[in-house]
Amino acid sequence: MFVPGDAAALALGADRVAGAIDREARWRGMEVRIVRNGSRGLFWLEPLVEVATSSGRIAYGPVAAEDVPALFDAGLPEGREHPRRLGRIDELPYLARQRRIVMNRVGIVDPGSLGDYLAHGGGRGLERARRMAPAGIVEAVIDAGLRGRGGAAFPTGIKWQTALAAAATPKYVVANADEGDSGTYSDRMLMEGDPFCLIEGMAIAGLAVGATRGYVYVRSEYPHAIARLEAAAAAAADWLRDQSVDFAIEVRKGAGSYVCGEETAMLESIEGRRGEVRAKPPLPAIAGLFGQPTVINNVVTLASVPAILAEGAAGCRDHGVGRSRGTLPFQLAGNIRHGGLVELPFGQTLRELLYDFGGGSRTGRPLRAVQVGGPLGAYLPEAAFDTPLDHEAFAAIGASLGHGGIVAFDDSVDMSRQARYAFAFCAAESCGKCTPCRIGAVRGVELMDQLRAGDGSRIGLLRDLCDTMIHGSLCAMGAMTSNPVLSALDHFPEDFA
Amino acid sequence: MNRLRQPDSGTPAAAAGGVSPPLTLRIDGVEVAVPPGTSVMRAAAQAGVAIPKLCATDCLRPAGACRLCLVEIEGRKGYPASCTTPAEAGMVVRTRSPRLDELRRNVMELTLSDHPLDCLTCAANGDCELQDMAAAVGLREVRYGLSGANHLAEPRDDSNPYFGHDPAKCIVCYRCVRACGEQQGSFAITAAGRGFAARIAAGAAPSFMASECVSCGACVNVCPTASLIERTAVAAGPAVRVVETTCAYCGVGCGFRVELNGPPDTPTVVRMTPSKRGAANLGHACVKGRFAWGYATHKDRVTRPMIRARVTDPWREVSWDEALRHVAGEFRRIQRRHGRDAVGAIVSSRCTNEEVYLVQKLVRAAFGNNNVDTCARVCHSPTGYGLGQTLGTSAGTQSFASIDHADVIMVVGANPGAAHPVFASRLKRRVRAGARLIVIDPRAIDLVDSPRVRADVHLQLRPGTNVAVLTALAHVIVTEGLCDEAFVAARCERQSFVDWHNFVARPENSPEALAGTSGVPAAQVRAAARLYASGGNAAIYYGLGVTEHAQGSTAVIAIANLAMATGNLGREGVGVNPLRGQNNVQGSCDMGGFPHELPGYRHVSDAATRASFERAWGVELASTPGLRIPNMFDAALDGSFRGLYCQGEDPAQSDPDIGHVKEALAAMECVVLQDLFLNETARFAHVFLPGSSFLEKDGTFTNAERRISRVRRVMPPLAGMADWQVTMALAGALGQRMDYAHPSAIMDEIARLTPTFAGVGYDKLERLGSLQWPCNDAAPEGTPTMHVGGFPSRPDGKGRFMITQYVPSDERATRQYPLLLTTGRVLAQYNVGAQTRRTANLRFHAEDRLEIHPRDAGERGIADGDWVGLESRAGATELRAEVTARVQPGVVYTTFHFPESGANVVTTDSSDWATNCPEYKVTAVQVRRQTRPAPTERAP
Repeated sequence: MFVPGDAAALALGADRVAGAIDREARWRGMEVRIVRNGSRGLFWLEPLVEVATSSGRIAYGPVAAEDVPALFDAGLPEGREHPRRLGRIDELPYLARQRRIVMNRVGIVDPGSLGDYLAHGGGRGLERARRMAPAGIVEAVIDAGLRGRGGAAFPTGIKWQTALAAAATPKYVVANADEGDSGTYSDRMLMEGDPFCLIEGMAIAGLAVGATRGYVYVRSEYPHAIARLEAAAAAAADWLRDQSVDFAIEVRKGAGSYVCGEETAMLESIEGRRGEVRAKPPLPAIAGLFGQPTVINNVVTLASVPAILAEGAAGCRDHGVGRSRGTLPFQLAGNIRHGGLVELPFGQTLRELLYDFGGGSRTGRPLRAVQVGGPLGAYLPEAAFDTPLDHEAFAAIGASLGHGGIVAFDDSVDMSRQARYAFAFCAAESCGKCTPCRIGAVRGVELMDQLRAGDGSRIGLLRDLCDTMIHGSLCAMGAMTSNPVLSALDHFPEDFA
Repeated sequence: MNRLRQPDSGTPAAAAGGVSPPLTLRIDGVEVAVPPGTSVMRAAAQAGVAIPKLCATDCLRPAGACRLCLVEIEGRKGYPASCTTPAEAGMVVRTRSPRLDELRRNVMELTLSDHPLDCLTCAANGDCELQDMAAAVGLREVRYGLSGANHLAEPRDDSNPYFGHDPAKCIVCYRCVRACGEQQGSFAITAAGRGFAARIAAGAAPSFMASECVSCGACVNVCPTASLIERTAVAAGPAVRVVETTCAYCGVGCGFRVELNGPPDTPTVVRMTPSKRGAANLGHACVKGRFAWGYATHKDRVTRPMIRARVTDPWREVSWDEALRHVAGEFRRIQRRHGRDAVGAIVSSRCTNEEVYLVQKLVRAAFGNNNVDTCARVCHSPTGYGLGQTLGTSAGTQSFASIDHADVIMVVGANPGAAHPVFASRLKRRVRAGARLIVIDPRAIDLVDSPRVRADVHLQLRPGTNVAVLTALAHVIVTEGLCDEAFVAARCERQSFVDWHNFVARPENSPEALAGTSGVPAAQVRAAARLYASGGNAAIYYGLGVTEHAQGSTAVIAIANLAMATGNLGREGVGVNPLRGQNNVQGSCDMGGFPHELPGYRHVSDAATRASFERAWGVELASTPGLRIPNMFDAALDGSFRGLYCQGEDPAQSDPDIGHVKEALAAMECVVLQDLFLNETARFAHVFLPGSSFLEKDGTFTNAERRISRVRRVMPPLAGMADWQVTMALAGALGQRMDYAHPSAIMDEIARLTPTFAGVGYDKLERLGSLQWPCNDAAPEGTPTMHVGGFPSRPDGKGRFMITQYVPSDERATRQYPLLLTTGRVLAQYNVGAQTRRTANLRFHAEDRLEIHPRDAGERGIADGDWVGLESRAGATELRAEVTARVQPGVVYTTFHFPESGANVVTTDSSDWATNCPEYKVTAVQVRRQTRPAPTERAP
């Protein structure tokens, strides 16, 4: 039986359910092996219990500890009928309509077992990479069209090529697991549900650029992911050493700073300094961690790599639209009926995600706005719901897909309050290094308060402030704070009157 | 814009050493060629375009924080910061446009929305970069108003005696944070909090005074507002003129700008700020040079000549004329009665080259003997001997800049963090950049383990065993085949190498055999030797911990041997570098300050040299060396030496075995003291001639890298005459005509008579800033690195190896005196403290303390802060204990800055076999806890 150990499932009582199953089985004298898998990402059904049967894995959910005796009475171990029985997990439309490539093992494998990982197709990418020249690996990643999944969507292979070309040694691979955007959790799900996939991706990156050491920088708010990764890194140590280039992975814990998800601030933090943004150039690929060439990729980006090496670049390249190739694990959150992880090829529309998967708002009221790409993403009105999920299409409407986080709001939302929140978030999370972000965010909150108190004359200065932050800030934190503010102002002017 | 401010190109020059050709770009239509790695901001400055900036300054790496320096670059999105954007070939940059003007105004508007608008009453009014930039961007209004969140009510920190910190005026540009880390290497300043709450803080400490701050002033230099500002600048108001000069403290020889206001004859020094043009310091400074100059106008200054018949009589103020006639009469009387050799002089390493030259000329030409010695006798005389014997030239081989090319740095018997702070910062910077560090010192000095600097090897030897350890290093290098055979074959005397090789290879010189003597584990010695010999460019820096020993000269020779054997001479990044204690130790030796040498290290017995001086001076010169300082004192006690002209020196505090020194001084008939203050020696003086501080005279100092730099008069001598004028007048009174209109004329004479100085002159110094000797036709702009391609002063140009047999000092631990005392300096005080004790540096270090290991303290029942008695065979004194593991068991340590504690009452007559340099660094002592409370007069 599978009871997720994923943080979201745990928050909904998965541990209690697992305990209840174990007790019930023992009471009945039955032998049941409970695997704490990752979550399938259908959060409204968590805790979602699966039973392996001869006809596949049968899902039950949401299961409460109190339901367990009755479930056993009904024949849970054999996958029998029960009001909570959902049927074969892979036939649930929410999953069946997805195209899971990166997250394809999450929820299926035992994340604590390297053997299980290898048995489910893991490791073939690294095996193949070990037989390739570094430039060949880089070529495959370029060929796949893989772009960064952390938000900036920079071509991964190009970044690797720069690090490969850098002469200095040692080099490093850093996995950015400081997944700080509100409403996002794909990195967490992957680390908790399939940690070896990230490790394999890092090892391949190491082979590709000649790095011998990898760091995973995980936010402290992810204790379960940290535990999973540390166990996995230890379990994989011998496997990683079995290559011509030695590769070791160390897990580093963040200290509660959003801006440490910005790659250069993250490097400062790993080096033991205050998490402040560095000016670029130099690019980290040329002079990054400890001044050495460093590949920094988001967790999902790195986890996308093993499949590219194992299955060939086409497996990624043949999905998607335009310059957005492959799939992206979208994360539905906020006021949405069916929140969860939806991995889809680029190109479908926001509306499909929100309604076909999300089922509309949780309150049943009309959806009025969605924020795409985290707290610094733009607020989009209903009129934009038909925009294809594609980096370029989003850029064209002044938005970005970012890390694929989508937060929905119904028609009770006050968009001027949301705009104020954007500044407040920036004020709370700014590192304080550059003037526009450090002071601008606070002035933004003050302006919004004046505006909301009825002083409409401040809108001109508000726009000036946004302009200054966009064009003057040192990093994307300050620059992107204007996205939610200006999009709210432009799309929902009535809330600012 | 303050016109006195030093020019600022915004970002540092691109790292030198690249072979890439310059690249060309266009900035506001001006074509400019710059080396690769140059920022757009610096390129613009070169093109004459000043881009507005607040966080960038050319002594620090750019931060990109203030966002004022945004520019437009053709073909690029957005508005990159010019400070962090490297120039590229073909780039087309625009630094002004309506759009840029708007952005900069709006950024400045944000900055000023959290700044007090009190410019008219601000101490930085007229010298404020924020003010300048607000004007430059044309800001006319802060639309946010002044009622928003701000930091205007944050409390000031006035804990530091020299500067205040007003957080209300801080614009969080991070210059101070970066200066403290990058320039000084203390990392005492940080930003605390994030976002709007990000504020400058003295680390985790509650105030600057309670923090790791060493008061170097680097943060104050770079602060663009009045947030960090000198108290003297607040008090005196803005400077109206600036004079560039050279610091009068240690041998680093930092270039300084004396900022002044007030009338020319009685000016007020607003502040002293380090000069970026100072080749030795590149705009950095330490607490002494930067802040501790108040002694120059201290109320203790004596400004009228005084005489008295007996030292028990009260002083009587007299005219210069009377004083000098009195001295001349007394010296001539003594010489008539006791012979020509019964008088002599001590010259000071704190005086200028010109002054030292004049005093030795006075002795040789007017006294008619060679009884002149310099206080370098008691510090670096073994350097002169040891380097002269092996390499042929009595001087350090490198520029300070050379260390930027060193891969391995070996510091022997020196504590640069305390004694040569500005060089220490440079050394630490190099170590942070990856150079390896070996420290050989009985104490765990700060280089052993300080922020972001840690020694790879620390050989914590017993005092007095340098030669054993250095020879053991040589043993490893020789027996493990780590010599640079090609260098030795090409550059050194074959036979001397073979002899040395055979000597050091003997089993008794192995690290294992000597471990018992030195107390250093053999494995550490082997590790250090391998690192030094095979780690790339290896440079040795050493100090008085090498020279001030019974085997001081042997240790200097051992160091030279190591450098020759490993080929670490004759290029950048390597070498043998004595760190000179005082500002002009090098110069006072160069200028003929020793009794056996005429200027330029030429022996008085050399007839040709003598003839050139005789011709120039119109007198016949004595051909036998005169008395060394300790010989003068011995001769005084036997009655053959009775008159002493002591210029700028305080042997009654600084020389060893003070009881003996005082007896000798008391035995003399005429002691003439020329000094700023009535020092300890003044108690024994019959004539006091008021001296002039470095602010009151023109001249030159020569630092540890042989760099001759100008000292410039910023105010008239308080006593009416500068020291060189006094010596000149005294010579006249003695019938030896000296006629120099200006110190430049003295330098012209030095240049005429001294081949290594032949190309030196004030005009050239004015033009080039400074010159490193040798400076002559062969090297018209001086010689940064010596011994390139050969050792020109050695026969055949070949270096000489010398045997370094370890002969233990007679001074050793006994049952009666079971501990070894070694002495040194602290950062805030300088030598006998005559200057620094008369400044607020007392707040940092108010008394000498005896460092004692917890084990030794425990055995004696001594707790931290207890009064202890310190006794040797020479004498006894009292001071308070500091219980610390910085010293090893069996070793105690103190400083000699305060006459009250009188460390040199305890030091003995033991001295270097070759040069009589006193063995300050090893004295067998006993330490006992004093039960009685501290006498009241000891209170600082």
